[in-house]
Amino acid sequence: MQWETVIGLEVHTQLSTHTKIFSGASTTYGAEPNTQADAVSIALPGVLPVLNKGAVERAVKFGLAVGAHIAPRSVFARKNYFYPDLPKGYQISQFDLPVVGMGQLTIQVEPLSGNAKPYEKVVRITRAHLEEDAGKSVHGASQGMTGVDLNRAGTPLLEIVSEPDMCSAAEAVAYAKTLHNLVRWIGISDGNMQEGSFRCDVNVSVRKPGEPLGTRREIKNLNSFKYMQQAIDYEVQWQIDTIESGGKIHQATILFNPDTGETRAMRSKEDAHDYRYFPDPDLLPLDITPQMLDAMRATLPELPEARRARYVNELALSAYDANSLTSSREMADFFDVCVSAVGNAKLCANWLIGELSAQLNRDGLEMAQCPVTPQQMSGMLARIADNTISNSGAKEVFRTLWSDGGEADAIIESKGLKQVSDSGAIEALVDEIIAAQADKVAEYRSGKDKLFGFFVGLAMKASKGKANPAQLNEVLLKKLAG
Amino acid sequence: MINASLKQLSALLAEKKISSVELTQLYLDRIATHNPVYNAYITVDAKTSLAQALAADELLAGGGAQALTGIPIAQKDIFCAKGWRTTCGSKMLSDFIAPYDAHVIEQFNKAGCINLGKTNMDEFAMGSSNETSYFGPVRNPWNQKAVPGGSSGGAASAVAARLCAAATGTDTGGSIRQPAALCGITGIKPTYGTVSRYGMIAFASSLDQAGPMARSAEDCALMLNVMTGFDERDSTSLQRDKEDYTAKLHLPLAGLRIGLPKEFFAEGLSADVGSRVQEAIAEYKKLGATLVEISLPNTKLAVPVYYVLAPAEASSNLSRFDGVRYGYRAPEYTDLADMYEKSRSQGFGEEVKRRIMIGTYVLSHGYYDAYYLQAQKIRRLIAQDFTDAFKQCDIIMGPTSPSTAFNLGEKGDDPVQMYLSDIYTIAVNLAGLPGMSIPCGFGDNAMPVGLQIIGNYFEEAHMLNVAHQYQLATDWHSRAPQI
Repeated sequence: MQWETVIGLEVHTQLSTHTKIFSGASTTYGAEPNTQADAVSIALPGVLPVLNKGAVERAVKFGLAVGAHIAPRSVFARKNYFYPDLPKGYQISQFDLPVVGMGQLTIQVEPLSGNAKPYEKVVRITRAHLEEDAGKSVHGASQGMTGVDLNRAGTPLLEIVSEPDMCSAAEAVAYAKTLHNLVRWIGISDGNMQEGSFRCDVNVSVRKPGEPLGTRREIKNLNSFKYMQQAIDYEVQWQIDTIESGGKIHQATILFNPDTGETRAMRSKEDAHDYRYFPDPDLLPLDITPQMLDAMRATLPELPEARRARYVNELALSAYDANSLTSSREMADFFDVCVSAVGNAKLCANWLIGELSAQLNRDGLEMAQCPVTPQQMSGMLARIADNTISNSGAKEVFRTLWSDGGEADAIIESKGLKQVSDSGAIEALVDEIIAAQADKVAEYRSGKDKLFGFFVGLAMKASKGKANPAQLNEVLLKKLAG
Repeated sequence: MINASLKQLSALLAEKKISSVELTQLYLDRIATHNPVYNAYITVDAKTSLAQALAADELLAGGGAQALTGIPIAQKDIFCAKGWRTTCGSKMLSDFIAPYDAHVIEQFNKAGCINLGKTNMDEFAMGSSNETSYFGPVRNPWNQKAVPGGSSGGAASAVAARLCAAATGTDTGGSIRQPAALCGITGIKPTYGTVSRYGMIAFASSLDQAGPMARSAEDCALMLNVMTGFDERDSTSLQRDKEDYTAKLHLPLAGLRIGLPKEFFAEGLSADVGSRVQEAIAEYKKLGATLVEISLPNTKLAVPVYYVLAPAEASSNLSRFDGVRYGYRAPEYTDLADMYEKSRSQGFGEEVKRRIMIGTYVLSHGYYDAYYLQAQKIRRLIAQDFTDAFKQCDIIMGPTSPSTAFNLGEKGDDPVQMYLSDIYTIAVNLAGLPGMSIPCGFGDNAMPVGLQIIGNYFEEAHMLNVAHQYQLATDWHSRAPQI
């Protein structure tokens, strides 16, 4: 029996302002509990919210980046409910008039299974709105009691809501990753998922093709792409099994347990809150002027999608390379520096996606923490491009740059890595080998092509690894042919 | 001394005829004597007040004094004042010591005024008689059996009984003007956004506005000079140039067009109040004013609209009083929900709970459109009524309250009757306009009658001028109750 999966995401992105959305308290992560809770954060009687302009600018920047309509006037509303980590008894959010309207995001999907090919898809973004985060309830904080930490209360969030345009875990993960890359790319969020700066709620339902949407269940607070995929896969199967065994899906909020890999209902729709939204009378409507739009547009960097297209169209890179290079702004910017210094885009791409990324992975570093600068890297790549060093020589240069720093030319010099490109010297070397290996040469000439590698190895060894491989190959081929 | 105007007190202080410490002590002594009867103050802290007075005397001696330096002012207990217990008239905050100053308190501190104490009020400013206070009712200095009005009943009573030189109040639906009328004093609620709400405990944010309560328009003008000004901590605070509200006091009234809304003189207005208001208007004619009959057709809807919007905002504003971080927490409870329930039902009084219930109801899913949205629409119509009226007149006059002060307990069982005592004042808040009340005689029961003056937006200086000229020509404002 065929089933279709329908997925929509709500992503809470913490905006990278230094202070809270409605007060001057710091947003720095990891401080002692309640040391960043000022009068507004703890909702003392009489305090009032004052909107942080930086949060608005970041929201607008996001809207522009996804080609969305920016509301010239949006409204902050109060979402009323009681909880100890919600000090005012309401959350200030945006309800029927959000600052960012309909936009879209193009995603590159790599199917997780089978032999399906990667493909591109456009996901519509319904809206994005500004709101404040709640504090944290710390259960068992002392003597079995629950403590409340209000450091996070009032941290600015942008809630980004997608249309239910995704139909697999792979698409949902691709969307989340693309979004995650974008918010960091345009500098509105650090996207730190461990610290909760990028949290995903995933709405999942299933249906038969052509039928109306099924009842959805919302998986809350996923903060890793891996868990997202596991949670969706589990949930989809659970819904299909439930329906196929005669059950019904009820709207519910559910949690994913990474230890068991299962989802579990947290609350059903019946005990859903009536949030009694109404416009917050303490805040004026938020007006976005055309001047502000222009100013924000001017601060937008070239976006990942445009950069990807440029790499494919102008630099003739493969889609795979272009995707990898635009997986973070740091990587793409690093690459751009290298290409403009060295010229050979494919060479630069190979090194960045290959050796550099692998080394970063091994050391558990982000691109931003890379110990080798793009200038150092370019210095080395240029020597590969002009045949001064061989690939294996380059690897040694790279290792040295990584661990000791320095400059490629000096390293090549001191380690004697310059390869031999003198054709006379290579020919002499090859002649010697052919003379010494008469048996093998005969075998080769009688059709044992595989022996070619053997000759290359000997020649390389004889040159102490310094012979220009391409040149060596050429000379060997010619001379072996007799 | 106790009948001296702020201007006179300021002169006496400047001339060293009296020190701020002496003046403050004089009021503290009067409070000690009379407050047990009138209950106008919830908190008095003589030590702190006298320390402020001492500092003010140094300023006066050192030449650093401003207009009101050294003058003792009573602060409504709705303003957070650092180190002062700030109760808002509620059990919920009966032990709450404010850790910061409201903008209004800061302004008075900067002006060198003395905080004489925190005045009694209806709980969370919800009431028109001061009977909803957790700290007991306030008595009207003109008759101890009568209410002083509310919610700024303590302030009105303290000013009338000469237990302070002047006081602050707040007005959400008439809470400055109605008690001013009932106690025979002068009070003005400025245009919404003129005085910062920062540190003023919110009742209904879109309506709340602080203002002075004093014995004359001139005193109010001096007080307003201290209280107003842009404050970036209140997003609804208006960015305007600082204004001197005494600047226009002296101007003659010839040619003034007074609009008299026919709806304010219709059924429901008691005869004696109506007569005194007409007499006051006749006095204005003598001063050169002309009269225009106007209509505010949506007046009748003001009370119902107000009792949707104000409770809606209040139900949300008062959610922070949950027993978690500060304020009253029930001594015993079984779990979180029970803690909320018990703390709030024990910490809030009946009227506050009634309004939270109403507010929660009108914001609920399925009722929002019919109540809240509809009320917002009518609110705009009410504001439009005034805009239209001000095309025909410069100022609007009428009664402040439909009757003089009623007796304690008289309206306690009937909230709707109580709500109707604000029928003439509420529309002004809904429109965000400035309104004031000045004494204009006495009713059949020898209790004061208030004349309401409503101005166009930012016309406070003009309104004070209109009131001041009347007070130069009459002496109702200088009558003092025998206490």
